[in-house]
Amino acid sequence: MGSDLFEVGINFIKIAFIFLLMVQMVPFLVWAERRGSAFIQNRFGPNRIGPLGLMQNLADLVKFLCKEDFLGHKGRKSFFYSAPVLSLIPAALAFGAIPLSTPIEVEAFKWLGQTWGPYTFYFQSFVISIGVVFVLGVSSLAVYSLLLAGWSSGSKFSLYGALRASAQAISYELALSLSIVGVLLLFNTFSFSEIVAAQNGPLQFYFFGEPVKLAFLPNWGIFYQPLGALLLFVALFAEANRLPFDLPEAEAELVAGYHTEYGGVKIIMFYMGEYGHMLVASALMVTFYFGGYTLWPFLTPDTLKSFFHFLSSTGQSILTALVLHLVFLIKLLFFLWIFIWVRWTLPRFRYDQLMDLGWKTLLPWALVNTVITGIGVFLMRGV
Amino acid sequence: MDSLVPVLICSLIVLTFGAFMLSLAHWFGAKVKKPASKAKSLPYECGLEGEEQISSRVSVQFYLTAILFILFDIEIIFLYPWALTFKDFLNQGQGLEALVAMIVFLLIFVYGLFWEIGSKALRWK
Repeated sequence: MGSDLFEVGINFIKIAFIFLLMVQMVPFLVWAERRGSAFIQNRFGPNRIGPLGLMQNLADLVKFLCKEDFLGHKGRKSFFYSAPVLSLIPAALAFGAIPLSTPIEVEAFKWLGQTWGPYTFYFQSFVISIGVVFVLGVSSLAVYSLLLAGWSSGSKFSLYGALRASAQAISYELALSLSIVGVLLLFNTFSFSEIVAAQNGPLQFYFFGEPVKLAFLPNWGIFYQPLGALLLFVALFAEANRLPFDLPEAEAELVAGYHTEYGGVKIIMFYMGEYGHMLVASALMVTFYFGGYTLWPFLTPDTLKSFFHFLSSTGQSILTALVLHLVFLIKLLFFLWIFIWVRWTLPRFRYDQLMDLGWKTLLPWALVNTVITGIGVFLMRGV
Repeated sequence: MDSLVPVLICSLIVLTFGAFMLSLAHWFGAKVKKPASKAKSLPYECGLEGEEQISSRVSVQFYLTAILFILFDIEIIFLYPWALTFKDFLNQGQGLEALVAMIVFLLIFVYGLFWEIGSKALRWK
Protein backbone atom coordinates (compact mmCIF):
# COMPACT_ATOMS: atom_id res chain seq x y z
CA MET A 1 0.00 0.00 0.00
CA GLY A 2 2.93 2.32 0.36
CA SER A 3 5.89 3.10 2.47
CA ASP A 4 4.87 6.21 4.33
CA LEU A 5 1.76 7.95 5.49
CA PHE A 6 1.22 10.15 2.46
CA GLU A 7 1.32 7.24 0.05
CA VAL A 8 -0.91 5.05 2.18
CA GLY A 9 -3.41 7.85 2.57
CA ILE A 10 -3.52 8.65 -1.13
CA ASN A 11 -3.87 4.97 -2.03
CA PHE A 12 -6.72 4.53 0.43
CA ILE A 13 -8.53 7.55 -0.97
CA LYS A 14 -7.90 6.20 -4.46
CA ILE A 15 -9.49 2.83 -3.67
CA ALA A 16 -12.59 4.51 -2.24
CA PHE A 17 -12.66 6.95 -5.15
CA ILE A 18 -12.56 4.28 -7.83
CA PHE A 19 -15.33 2.34 -6.11
CA LEU A 20 -17.43 5.47 -5.84
CA LEU A 21 -16.67 6.16 -9.50
CA MET A 22 -18.26 2.85 -10.33
CA VAL A 23 -21.25 3.63 -8.13
CA GLN A 24 -21.66 7.09 -9.66
CA MET A 25 -21.66 5.73 -13.18
CA VAL A 26 -24.88 3.89 -12.30
CA PRO A 27 -27.24 6.88 -12.23
CA PHE A 28 -25.64 8.13 -15.40
CA LEU A 29 -26.10 4.75 -17.06
CA VAL A 30 -29.71 4.48 -15.92
CA TRP A 31 -30.39 7.91 -17.36
CA ALA A 32 -28.63 6.98 -20.60
CA GLU A 33 -30.62 3.80 -20.77
CA ARG A 34 -33.95 5.47 -20.24
CA ARG A 35 -33.30 8.28 -22.69
CA GLY A 36 -31.54 5.97 -25.15
CA SER A 37 -34.29 3.39 -25.09
CA ALA A 38 -36.83 6.14 -25.57
CA PHE A 39 -34.89 7.42 -28.53
CA ILE A 40 -34.78 3.93 -30.03
CA GLN A 41 -38.47 3.43 -29.40
CA ASN A 42 -39.37 6.84 -30.80
CA ARG A 43 -40.71 8.39 -27.65
CA PHE A 44 -39.48 10.80 -24.98
CA GLY A 45 -37.69 9.49 -21.98
CA PRO A 46 -37.75 11.29 -18.66
CA ASN A 47 -37.57 14.96 -19.49
CA ARG A 48 -39.45 16.71 -16.73
CA ILE A 49 -37.18 16.57 -13.75
CA GLY A 50 -34.07 18.65 -14.16
CA PRO A 51 -32.55 19.55 -17.50
CA LEU A 52 -32.88 16.64 -19.92
CA GLY A 53 -34.32 14.56 -17.13
CA LEU A 54 -30.99 14.26 -15.34
CA MET A 55 -32.45 14.69 -11.88
CA GLN A 56 -34.83 11.80 -12.43
CA ASN A 57 -32.44 9.40 -10.77
CA LEU A 58 -32.13 11.55 -7.69
CA ALA A 59 -35.88 11.66 -7.38
CA ASP A 60 -36.08 7.91 -7.87
CA LEU A 61 -33.41 7.35 -5.25
CA VAL A 62 -35.34 9.38 -2.70
CA LYS A 63 -38.48 7.44 -3.56
CA PHE A 64 -36.68 4.12 -3.17
CA LEU A 65 -35.22 5.14 0.16
CA CYS A 66 -38.67 5.69 1.58
CA LYS A 67 -40.03 2.29 0.62
CA GLU A 68 -40.88 -0.20 3.29
CA ASP A 69 -38.30 -2.71 4.34
CA PHE A 70 -40.27 -5.90 4.02
CA LEU A 71 -39.83 -9.63 3.82
CA GLY A 72 -42.45 -12.38 3.66
CA HIS A 73 -42.68 -14.82 6.52
CA LYS A 74 -40.87 -17.60 4.69
CA GLY A 75 -37.72 -15.64 3.93
CA ARG A 76 -34.48 -15.77 5.88
CA LYS A 77 -33.46 -12.36 7.09
CA SER A 78 -29.70 -12.75 7.27
CA PHE A 79 -29.22 -13.92 3.70
CA PHE A 80 -31.95 -11.69 2.37
CA TYR A 81 -30.25 -8.57 3.60
CA SER A 82 -26.73 -9.58 2.66
CA ALA A 83 -27.40 -10.75 -0.90
CA PRO A 84 -27.63 -7.26 -2.47
CA VAL A 85 -24.43 -6.19 -0.74
CA LEU A 86 -22.72 -9.34 -1.97
CA SER A 87 -23.74 -8.56 -5.52
CA LEU A 88 -21.70 -5.35 -5.39
CA ILE A 89 -18.44 -7.01 -4.38
CA PRO A 90 -17.53 -8.92 -7.58
CA ALA A 91 -18.14 -5.93 -9.80
CA ALA A 92 -16.24 -3.55 -7.51
CA LEU A 93 -13.24 -5.84 -7.12
CA ALA A 94 -13.07 -6.59 -10.82
CA PHE A 95 -13.30 -2.92 -11.73
CA GLY A 96 -10.50 -2.11 -9.34
CA ALA A 97 -8.06 -4.47 -11.05
CA ILE A 98 -8.33 -2.85 -14.48
CA PRO A 99 -5.95 0.05 -15.22
CA LEU A 100 -7.87 3.17 -16.08
CA SER A 101 -4.88 5.22 -17.16
CA THR A 102 -1.09 5.43 -16.93
CA PRO A 103 0.56 5.55 -13.53
CA ILE A 104 1.09 9.00 -12.08
CA GLU A 105 4.68 9.61 -11.13
CA VAL A 106 5.19 12.23 -8.49
CA GLU A 107 8.64 13.60 -7.88
CA ALA A 108 10.10 14.33 -4.51
CA PHE A 109 8.61 17.45 -3.00
CA LYS A 110 8.79 19.40 0.22
CA TRP A 111 5.72 19.84 2.33
CA LEU A 112 5.34 20.64 6.01
CA GLY A 113 9.09 20.75 6.32
CA GLN A 114 9.66 17.16 5.20
CA THR A 115 10.70 15.65 1.92
CA TRP A 116 8.16 13.22 0.60
CA GLY A 117 9.94 10.87 -1.75
CA PRO A 118 9.21 10.07 -5.38
CA TYR A 119 6.02 8.04 -5.67
CA THR A 120 4.25 6.12 -8.37
CA PHE A 121 0.49 6.05 -8.08
CA TYR A 122 -1.13 3.50 -10.30
CA PHE A 123 -4.50 4.44 -11.73
CA GLN A 124 -6.18 1.30 -10.44
CA SER A 125 -7.37 0.21 -7.02
CA PHE A 126 -4.85 -2.58 -6.77
CA VAL A 127 -1.97 -3.60 -8.96
CA ILE A 128 -2.05 -7.32 -9.48
CA SER A 129 0.29 -9.03 -11.86
CA ILE A 130 -2.27 -11.81 -12.36
CA GLY A 131 -5.00 -9.32 -13.20
CA VAL A 132 -6.80 -11.42 -15.82
CA VAL A 133 -7.19 -14.48 -13.63
CA PHE A 134 -8.20 -12.31 -10.68
CA VAL A 135 -11.00 -10.66 -12.66
CA LEU A 136 -12.25 -14.01 -13.91
CA GLY A 137 -12.25 -15.50 -10.44
CA VAL A 138 -13.97 -12.56 -8.83
CA SER A 139 -16.65 -12.39 -11.54
CA SER A 140 -17.53 -15.99 -10.76
CA LEU A 141 -18.52 -14.90 -7.27
CA ALA A 142 -21.52 -13.11 -8.73
CA VAL A 143 -23.35 -16.43 -8.87
CA TYR A 144 -23.45 -16.57 -5.06
CA SER A 145 -25.45 -13.40 -4.69
CA LEU A 146 -28.00 -14.61 -7.25
CA LEU A 147 -28.52 -17.89 -5.44
CA LEU A 148 -28.68 -16.33 -1.99
CA ALA A 149 -31.18 -13.74 -3.16
CA GLY A 150 -33.46 -16.25 -4.78
CA TRP A 151 -33.39 -18.82 -2.04
CA SER A 152 -33.72 -16.50 0.91
CA SER A 153 -36.74 -14.70 -0.50
CA GLY A 154 -38.95 -17.56 0.50
CA SER A 155 -40.86 -17.63 -2.75
CA LYS A 156 -40.96 -20.30 -5.43
CA PHE A 157 -40.64 -17.76 -8.22
CA SER A 158 -37.50 -16.33 -6.73
CA LEU A 159 -35.97 -19.74 -6.26
CA TYR A 160 -36.58 -20.86 -9.81
CA GLY A 161 -35.42 -17.52 -11.15
CA ALA A 162 -32.23 -17.77 -9.15
CA LEU A 163 -31.53 -21.32 -10.32
CA ARG A 164 -32.02 -20.40 -13.93
CA ALA A 165 -29.90 -17.28 -13.57
CA SER A 166 -27.04 -19.12 -11.95
CA ALA A 167 -27.17 -21.94 -14.52
CA GLN A 168 -26.98 -19.33 -17.26
CA ALA A 169 -24.10 -17.53 -15.55
CA ILE A 170 -21.93 -20.59 -15.15
CA SER A 171 -22.61 -21.85 -18.66
CA TYR A 172 -21.34 -18.63 -20.19
CA GLU A 173 -18.35 -18.47 -17.90
CA LEU A 174 -16.85 -21.33 -19.89
CA ALA A 175 -17.03 -19.42 -23.15
CA LEU A 176 -15.65 -16.36 -21.37
CA SER A 177 -12.63 -18.18 -19.98
CA LEU A 178 -11.93 -19.84 -23.28
CA SER A 179 -12.05 -16.61 -25.29
CA ILE A 180 -9.50 -15.12 -22.94
CA VAL A 181 -7.09 -17.96 -23.76
CA GLY A 182 -6.79 -16.47 -27.24
CA VAL A 183 -5.82 -13.11 -25.76
CA LEU A 184 -3.25 -14.80 -23.53
CA LEU A 185 -1.68 -16.55 -26.50
CA LEU A 186 -1.17 -13.18 -28.13
CA PHE A 187 0.03 -11.06 -25.28
CA ASN A 188 1.71 -13.71 -23.15
CA THR A 189 0.93 -12.07 -19.84
CA PHE A 190 -1.75 -11.95 -17.18
CA SER A 191 -1.13 -8.35 -16.24
CA PHE A 192 -3.50 -5.75 -17.67
CA SER A 193 -0.89 -3.01 -17.77
CA GLU A 194 1.37 -5.13 -19.97
CA ILE A 195 -1.53 -6.01 -22.25
CA VAL A 196 -2.27 -2.32 -22.76
CA ALA A 197 1.41 -1.51 -23.23
CA ALA A 198 1.66 -4.21 -25.92
CA GLN A 199 -1.12 -2.50 -27.87
CA ASN A 200 0.71 0.79 -27.82
CA GLY A 201 2.48 0.78 -31.14
CA PRO A 202 2.08 0.14 -34.83
CA LEU A 203 0.50 -3.05 -36.02
CA GLN A 204 3.37 -5.45 -36.42
CA PHE A 205 3.34 -9.20 -36.65
CA TYR A 206 5.36 -11.97 -38.09
CA PHE A 207 4.45 -13.49 -41.41
CA PHE A 208 6.10 -16.89 -41.62
CA GLY A 209 9.10 -15.57 -39.75
CA GLU A 210 9.38 -12.17 -41.45
CA PRO A 211 8.27 -9.15 -39.44
CA VAL A 212 5.59 -7.08 -41.10
CA LYS A 213 4.65 -3.60 -40.00
CA LEU A 214 1.50 -1.70 -40.92
CA ALA A 215 2.19 1.73 -39.57
CA PHE A 216 -1.23 3.20 -40.15
CA LEU A 217 -3.02 0.92 -37.68
CA PRO A 218 -2.43 0.55 -33.96
CA ASN A 219 -1.52 -2.80 -32.52
CA TRP A 220 -4.97 -3.52 -31.16
CA GLY A 221 -6.14 -6.97 -30.19
CA ILE A 222 -9.24 -6.78 -32.37
CA PHE A 223 -7.11 -7.11 -35.51
CA TYR A 224 -5.66 -10.37 -34.28
CA GLN A 225 -8.71 -11.88 -32.65
CA PRO A 226 -11.96 -10.77 -34.29
CA LEU A 227 -13.73 -14.05 -33.54
CA GLY A 228 -12.45 -14.09 -29.99
CA ALA A 229 -13.67 -10.53 -29.45
CA LEU A 230 -17.15 -11.40 -30.69
CA LEU A 231 -17.31 -14.50 -28.47
CA LEU A 232 -16.11 -12.57 -25.45
CA PHE A 233 -18.64 -9.83 -26.07
CA VAL A 234 -21.55 -12.28 -26.27
CA ALA A 235 -20.37 -14.15 -23.19
CA LEU A 236 -20.05 -10.87 -21.26
CA PHE A 237 -23.63 -10.01 -22.16
CA ALA A 238 -24.74 -13.22 -20.55
CA GLU A 239 -22.58 -12.71 -17.49
CA ALA A 240 -24.13 -9.31 -16.87
CA ASN A 241 -27.66 -10.73 -17.29
CA ARG A 242 -28.41 -8.19 -19.98
CA LEU A 243 -30.83 -8.69 -22.78
CA PRO A 244 -30.93 -10.70 -24.90
CA PHE A 245 -29.97 -12.96 -22.00
CA ASP A 246 -32.39 -11.25 -19.73
CA LEU A 247 -34.31 -14.23 -18.37
CA PRO A 248 -33.30 -13.82 -14.74
CA GLU A 249 -35.20 -10.55 -14.77
CA ALA A 250 -37.86 -11.47 -17.28
CA GLU A 251 -41.13 -9.86 -16.54
CA ALA A 252 -43.42 -12.10 -18.48
CA GLU A 253 -41.96 -15.39 -17.44
CA LEU A 254 -41.04 -15.27 -13.82
CA VAL A 255 -42.47 -12.03 -12.52
CA ALA A 256 -39.11 -10.55 -11.74
CA GLY A 257 -36.99 -13.62 -11.25
CA TYR A 258 -34.67 -13.66 -8.32
CA HIS A 259 -35.45 -10.17 -7.17
CA THR A 260 -39.22 -10.56 -6.92
CA GLU A 261 -39.38 -9.99 -3.20
CA TYR A 262 -36.93 -7.12 -3.08
CA GLY A 263 -37.89 -3.50 -2.92
CA GLY A 264 -36.45 -0.15 -2.03
CA VAL A 265 -32.75 0.27 -1.56
CA LYS A 266 -31.98 -3.41 -1.96
CA ILE A 267 -33.13 -3.51 -5.53
CA ILE A 268 -31.13 -0.38 -6.20
CA MET A 269 -28.08 -2.29 -5.03
CA PHE A 270 -28.89 -5.17 -7.36
CA TYR A 271 -29.07 -2.72 -10.23
CA MET A 272 -25.76 -1.27 -9.13
CA GLY A 273 -24.28 -4.74 -9.30
CA GLU A 274 -25.72 -5.32 -12.76
CA TYR A 275 -24.50 -2.02 -14.13
CA GLY A 276 -21.20 -2.61 -12.40
CA HIS A 277 -20.86 -5.87 -14.30
CA MET A 278 -21.68 -3.96 -17.48
CA LEU A 279 -18.90 -1.51 -16.65
CA VAL A 280 -16.41 -4.30 -16.02
CA ALA A 281 -17.47 -6.01 -19.24
CA SER A 282 -16.93 -2.85 -21.27
CA ALA A 283 -13.62 -2.20 -19.54
CA LEU A 284 -12.46 -5.73 -20.36
CA MET A 285 -13.40 -5.35 -24.01
CA VAL A 286 -11.57 -2.04 -24.23
CA THR A 287 -8.47 -3.36 -22.47
CA PHE A 288 -8.14 -6.62 -24.37
CA TYR A 289 -9.11 -5.63 -27.86
CA PHE A 290 -9.19 -1.90 -28.29
CA GLY A 291 -5.98 -0.62 -26.84
CA GLY A 292 -7.02 0.29 -23.31
CA TYR A 293 -6.22 3.87 -22.54
CA THR A 294 -3.86 4.52 -25.45
CA LEU A 295 -4.60 5.55 -28.99
CA TRP A 296 -1.48 5.11 -31.03
CA PRO A 297 -0.13 7.18 -32.76
CA PHE A 298 -1.82 10.28 -31.44
CA LEU A 299 -2.42 9.79 -27.75
CA THR A 300 0.20 7.65 -26.06
CA PRO A 301 2.05 8.33 -22.85
CA ASP A 302 5.18 9.44 -24.74
CA THR A 303 3.52 11.85 -27.16
CA LEU A 304 1.49 13.41 -24.35
CA LYS A 305 4.49 13.80 -22.09
CA SER A 306 6.32 15.68 -24.82
CA PHE A 307 3.21 17.73 -25.50
CA PHE A 308 3.12 18.91 -21.91
CA HIS A 309 6.87 19.57 -21.80
CA PHE A 310 6.44 23.03 -20.35
CA LEU A 311 5.25 21.72 -16.98
CA SER A 312 7.16 20.08 -14.19
CA SER A 313 7.55 16.34 -14.32
CA THR A 314 4.77 15.80 -11.82
CA GLY A 315 2.41 18.07 -13.74
CA GLN A 316 3.23 16.30 -17.00
CA SER A 317 2.46 12.97 -15.43
CA ILE A 318 -0.83 14.07 -13.94
CA LEU A 319 -2.09 15.72 -17.12
CA THR A 320 -1.03 12.74 -19.24
CA ALA A 321 -2.93 10.41 -16.94
CA LEU A 322 -6.03 12.59 -17.10
CA VAL A 323 -6.05 12.84 -20.89
CA LEU A 324 -5.53 9.11 -21.29
CA HIS A 325 -8.27 8.46 -18.75
CA LEU A 326 -10.56 10.51 -20.95
CA VAL A 327 -9.62 8.33 -23.90
CA PHE A 328 -10.46 5.26 -21.84
CA LEU A 329 -13.77 6.76 -20.76
CA ILE A 330 -14.78 7.55 -24.33
CA LYS A 331 -14.08 3.99 -25.43
CA LEU A 332 -15.90 2.70 -22.35
CA LEU A 333 -18.94 4.84 -23.10
CA PHE A 334 -18.98 3.53 -26.64
CA PHE A 335 -19.25 -0.03 -25.40
CA LEU A 336 -21.80 0.87 -22.77
CA TRP A 337 -23.91 2.45 -25.48
CA ILE A 338 -23.64 -0.79 -27.47
CA PHE A 339 -24.91 -2.68 -24.41
CA ILE A 340 -27.89 -0.37 -24.18
CA TRP A 341 -28.46 -0.44 -27.93
CA VAL A 342 -28.50 -4.22 -28.11
CA ARG A 343 -30.82 -4.47 -25.16
CA TRP A 344 -33.52 -2.46 -26.83
CA THR A 345 -33.08 -4.00 -30.25
CA LEU A 346 -33.03 -7.75 -29.84
CA PRO A 347 -35.83 -9.90 -28.40
CA ARG A 348 -35.17 -12.12 -25.46
CA PHE A 349 -34.04 -15.70 -25.87
CA ARG A 350 -36.04 -18.64 -24.65
CA TYR A 351 -34.28 -20.48 -21.88
CA ASP A 352 -33.36 -23.60 -23.81
CA GLN A 353 -32.19 -21.48 -26.73
CA LEU A 354 -30.03 -19.59 -24.28
CA MET A 355 -28.40 -22.68 -22.83
CA ASP A 356 -27.95 -24.18 -26.29
CA LEU A 357 -26.19 -21.04 -27.39
CA GLY A 358 -23.83 -21.24 -24.45
CA TRP A 359 -22.91 -24.90 -24.67
CA LYS A 360 -23.39 -25.89 -28.29
CA THR A 361 -22.40 -22.71 -30.12
CA LEU A 362 -20.11 -20.51 -28.07
CA LEU A 363 -18.05 -23.24 -26.46
CA PRO A 364 -17.16 -25.08 -29.73
CA TRP A 365 -16.43 -21.79 -31.50
CA ALA A 366 -14.23 -20.69 -28.61
CA LEU A 367 -12.32 -23.95 -28.94
CA VAL A 368 -11.95 -23.35 -32.66
CA ASN A 369 -10.67 -19.86 -31.91
CA THR A 370 -8.08 -21.24 -29.50
CA VAL A 371 -6.84 -23.84 -31.97
CA ILE A 372 -6.67 -21.37 -34.84
CA THR A 373 -4.79 -18.86 -32.71
CA GLY A 374 -2.36 -21.51 -31.56
CA ILE A 375 -1.75 -22.74 -35.08
CA GLY A 376 -1.48 -19.18 -36.30
CA VAL A 377 1.11 -18.24 -33.69
CA PHE A 378 3.05 -21.37 -34.51
CA LEU A 379 3.00 -20.92 -38.26
CA MET A 380 3.87 -17.28 -38.16
CA ARG A 381 6.73 -18.07 -35.79
CA GLY A 382 5.83 -15.43 -33.29
CA VAL A 383 3.10 -12.83 -33.16
CA MET B 1 4.62 -10.88 -4.79
CA ASP B 2 1.81 -8.41 -5.05
CA SER B 3 0.34 -7.04 -1.91
CA LEU B 4 -3.32 -8.00 -1.72
CA VAL B 5 -4.09 -5.72 1.21
CA PRO B 6 -5.81 -3.22 -1.13
CA VAL B 7 -8.19 -5.99 -2.20
CA LEU B 8 -9.17 -6.50 1.42
CA ILE B 9 -9.58 -2.78 1.93
CA CYS B 10 -11.73 -2.50 -1.20
CA SER B 11 -13.98 -5.33 0.00
CA LEU B 12 -14.36 -3.67 3.38
CA ILE B 13 -15.24 -0.37 1.73
CA VAL B 14 -17.88 -2.08 -0.41
CA LEU B 15 -19.34 -3.88 2.61
CA THR B 16 -19.46 -0.65 4.58
CA PHE B 17 -21.15 1.11 1.70
CA GLY B 18 -23.72 -1.66 1.44
CA ALA B 19 -24.41 -1.61 5.14
CA PHE B 20 -24.76 2.16 4.96
CA MET B 21 -27.34 1.91 2.18
CA LEU B 22 -29.30 -0.74 4.10
CA SER B 23 -29.33 1.37 7.22
CA LEU B 24 -30.53 4.34 5.17
CA ALA B 25 -33.48 2.23 4.09
CA HIS B 26 -34.10 1.22 7.65
CA TRP B 27 -34.17 4.80 8.90
CA PHE B 28 -36.04 6.42 6.06
CA GLY B 29 -38.32 3.58 5.11
CA ALA B 30 -41.94 3.38 5.99
CA LYS B 31 -42.44 1.53 9.22
CA VAL B 32 -44.04 -1.91 9.33
CA LYS B 33 -47.17 -2.04 11.44
CA LYS B 34 -47.27 -5.32 13.27
CA PRO B 35 -49.11 -7.51 12.62
CA ALA B 36 -49.24 -6.99 8.91
CA SER B 37 -52.16 -8.62 7.22
CA LYS B 38 -51.72 -12.28 6.49
CA ALA B 39 -52.04 -11.81 2.77
CA LYS B 40 -49.18 -9.37 2.70
CA SER B 41 -46.70 -11.67 4.29
CA LEU B 42 -47.37 -14.56 1.94
CA PRO B 43 -44.92 -15.08 -0.90
CA TYR B 44 -45.96 -13.62 -4.21
CA GLU B 45 -48.19 -15.99 -6.15
CA CYS B 46 -49.83 -13.80 -8.81
CA GLY B 47 -52.57 -12.84 -6.41
CA LEU B 48 -53.86 -16.30 -5.56
CA GLU B 49 -53.45 -18.34 -2.43
CA GLY B 50 -50.15 -20.14 -2.69
CA GLU B 51 -49.21 -23.61 -1.66
CA GLU B 52 -48.11 -23.88 1.88
CA GLN B 53 -44.77 -25.58 1.59
CA ILE B 54 -42.09 -24.56 -0.82
CA SER B 55 -42.05 -27.50 -3.19
CA SER B 56 -38.59 -28.90 -3.38
CA ARG B 57 -39.07 -30.32 -6.85
CA VAL B 58 -36.21 -28.86 -8.83
CA SER B 59 -35.35 -30.15 -12.26
CA VAL B 60 -32.28 -32.39 -12.33
CA GLN B 61 -31.05 -30.47 -15.35
CA PHE B 62 -29.53 -27.81 -13.08
CA TYR B 63 -27.43 -30.38 -11.33
CA LEU B 64 -26.17 -31.77 -14.65
CA THR B 65 -25.29 -28.31 -15.87
CA ALA B 66 -23.33 -27.57 -12.72
CA ILE B 67 -21.37 -30.83 -12.88
CA LEU B 68 -20.53 -30.34 -16.55
CA PHE B 69 -19.46 -26.78 -15.81
CA ILE B 70 -16.99 -27.99 -13.19
CA LEU B 71 -15.48 -30.57 -15.52
CA PHE B 72 -15.04 -28.23 -18.45
CA ASP B 73 -13.81 -25.40 -16.27
CA ILE B 74 -10.98 -27.56 -14.97
CA GLU B 75 -10.07 -28.49 -18.52
CA ILE B 76 -9.97 -24.81 -19.43
CA ILE B 77 -7.71 -24.09 -16.47
CA PHE B 78 -5.17 -26.44 -18.01
CA LEU B 79 -5.08 -24.24 -21.10
CA TYR B 80 -3.91 -21.15 -19.21
CA PRO B 81 -0.27 -22.15 -18.47
CA TRP B 82 0.06 -23.48 -21.99
CA ALA B 83 -1.15 -20.16 -23.44
CA LEU B 84 1.38 -18.22 -21.38
CA THR B 85 4.40 -20.38 -22.16
CA PHE B 86 3.67 -21.20 -25.77
CA LYS B 87 5.92 -18.44 -27.04
CA ASP B 88 8.79 -19.70 -24.90
CA PHE B 89 8.39 -23.11 -26.45
CA LEU B 90 8.35 -21.50 -29.85
CA ASN B 91 11.56 -19.62 -29.20
CA GLN B 92 13.28 -22.76 -28.07
CA GLY B 93 12.25 -24.56 -31.22
CA GLN B 94 9.81 -26.91 -29.48
CA GLY B 95 6.71 -25.15 -30.73
CA LEU B 96 5.45 -28.08 -32.73
CA GLU B 97 5.52 -30.47 -29.78
CA ALA B 98 3.71 -28.00 -27.55
CA LEU B 99 1.08 -27.33 -30.19
CA VAL B 100 0.46 -31.00 -30.97
CA ALA B 101 0.25 -31.89 -27.28
CA MET B 102 -2.38 -29.24 -26.69
CA ILE B 103 -4.34 -30.17 -29.81
CA VAL B 104 -4.51 -33.76 -28.59
CA PHE B 105 -5.78 -32.50 -25.23
CA LEU B 106 -8.38 -30.36 -26.93
CA LEU B 107 -9.48 -33.25 -29.09
CA ILE B 108 -10.24 -35.27 -25.98
CA PHE B 109 -12.10 -32.23 -24.62
CA VAL B 110 -14.07 -31.85 -27.86
CA TYR B 111 -14.90 -35.52 -27.95
CA GLY B 112 -16.26 -35.28 -24.42
CA LEU B 113 -18.28 -32.19 -25.31
CA PHE B 114 -19.85 -33.67 -28.41
CA TRP B 115 -20.56 -36.93 -26.65
CA GLU B 116 -22.50 -35.23 -23.92
CA ILE B 117 -24.32 -33.01 -26.39
CA GLY B 118 -25.30 -36.10 -28.32
CA SER B 119 -26.37 -37.98 -25.23
CA LYS B 120 -28.92 -35.25 -24.55
CA ALA B 121 -27.41 -34.39 -21.22
CA LEU B 122 -27.96 -30.74 -22.08
CA ARG B 123 -31.48 -31.11 -23.41
CA TRP B 124 -33.70 -28.57 -21.67
CA LYS B 125 -37.36 -29.36 -22.04
